[in-house]
Amino acid sequence: MQINVLYFASLRDSAKISSELVQTKAKTVDELFEFLNDKYSFEIDKDLLRVAVNEEYKSFNTPLTNNDIIVFIPPVAGG
Amino acid sequence: MFQIVEKNINNLSDLKLEILDNPTVGGIVYFQGVVRNHNEGKDVKSLEYEAYTPMANKTGQEIVNKAKEKFDIVDAYCIHRKGHLDINDTAVWVITTSHHRKEAYEASQYIIDTVKGEVPIWKKEHYVNEQAQWIACHRCGEHHDHKDHKHD
Repeated sequence: MQINVLYFASLRDSAKISSELVQTKAKTVDELFEFLNDKYSFEIDKDLLRVAVNEEYKSFNTPLTNNDIIVFIPPVAGG
Repeated sequence: MFQIVEKNINNLSDLKLEILDNPTVGGIVYFQGVVRNHNEGKDVKSLEYEAYTPMANKTGQEIVNKAKEKFDIVDAYCIHRKGHLDINDTAVWVITTSHHRKEAYEASQYIIDTVKGEVPIWKKEHYVNEQAQWIACHRCGEHHDHKDHKHD
């Protein structure tokens, strides 16, 4: 399965890229996160992250579908 | 309407807002968020706003729509900057219009509070004497409904 992952803010600083196509056998968002966290050692605590699947907030146990766009969302700070 | 923009929004008159052109309106509340030169004891020299723009526009529009359902207002508008901002630059405008003022104030507060907690926008502060850092409201990460704390 192919997943499009976008990185913003502190996660982009850790990954040193703003997006990538990930080939994965991960079945859920959570499994994908663990795979990426092993790869990039994100500095932010997982408990502080939310996740967007195809531009909507979802839970970490959401199943992945081919070509999903996944963004792990660090605490937001608009305004 | 909700918009994320890169251009300078310091002067409201440059935005040519249709929301301001309605003869039935009796009250207009303007909230203007500007960049201040200090945060938590540090001297701030500038800011960087980053946005996941497609989702930020979508989430922001949902918040504006919700405000129009929830409060008896005529219309609501929010525009938020991304990119590099200097001290005193405007980061966000929230404009609410209504027949009477109370609902316009309440809707304005609802929109800015919810935008701060929900819209995927991040802020990096650049300091005079320290390394730049991403600002995180860590309590937001713990409590996604934001009911038990306020944002400045």
